Amino acid sequence: MKCSDFLKELTDYLDNTMDSHTKAELEEHLQWCHNCYVVCNTTKSTIEIYRDSKLYELPDELRSRIHSAIVTKCRCHKSSLENVGSPSELPAKKTTEQDPSQ
Amino acid sequence: METIENKVAEPPSEESILVAAARTGDIGAFESLVRRYDRSVFRIAQHITQNREDAEDVVQDAFLKAYQNLGQFQGQSKFYTWLVRIAVNEALMRLRRRRPERTVSIDEDIKTDEDSMPREIADWSPNPEQLYTQAELKELLGKTIQGLPPSFRTVFVLRDVEGLSTEETASALELSVPAVKSRLLRARLQLRERLNKYFKRRDGDTRP
Repeated sequence: MKCSDFLKELTDYLDNTMDSHTKAELEEHLQWCHNCYVVCNTTKSTIEIYRDSKLYELPDELRSRIHSAIVTKCRCHKSSLENVGSPSELPAKKTTEQDPSQ
Repeated sequence: METIENKVAEPPSEESILVAAARTGDIGAFESLVRRYDRSVFRIAQHITQNREDAEDVVQDAFLKAYQNLGQFQGQSKFYTWLVRIAVNEALMRLRRRRPERTVSIDEDIKTDEDSMPREIADWSPNPEQLYTQAELKELLGKTIQGLPPSFRTVFVLRDVEGLSTEETASALELSVPAVKSRLLRARLQLRERLNKYFKRRDGDTRP
């Protein structure tokens, strides 16, 4: 296995979403290739550091403000519907759910 | 040979009960959904827009749009995945407004694989995050991820920070699974490369 082949499989290896045969091949490569070993470990650390970093936490005060705004807007929307008719009678809007398999 | 299958209907999840109630206009049920996902939507929005005010607007608009369009949600995907799709689109729209001179799309496929090939192979200090204070660490991580193209950092954030599966990420971004995997690999490798200068082991580094 070449280093470029290892890199192509790195994401599946780190996510543990590969068959046992390919995994064994990659681990055999890691035993003798120090560079790939370092890249693999530091990439794993990159993911863990970002996952644990709590970047962009939503402060409580801002959270309350956002909640109030959302609820107010939803109430307005509900009232406007009640003046027009039931939601099921409304025409389709812009955002639609699509089947992921399509 | 005849087989007997016991078909047991799965009980509806708490989320689907809330969604069904919200669809009938129950704002309290919708508020529960807001409380469940607002932090995550805010993080995603801020990662994409890189702007706190925009992120705040995205959270409001995404939830309002979700509420207005609940009738269109048929439960083929999780509510959260559907909500993330709305939020990502809102966030990209705001980013485009802010940077009209640059193409901002989740579909953009930037450069070749060469941009992600490791150039510097350096081992990192053990527990590299402990080399910095919490505030310093947040600043350098934020600065580093801002340097990635939006299409890469969005995939990285959904998949690695928010913990969506590859399939859910693909569904939320309307990308194919191979496209998500390709962007994820390149995002991970580019971030690793950029973090080298902060975390690599230095000569005489004796810290644990």
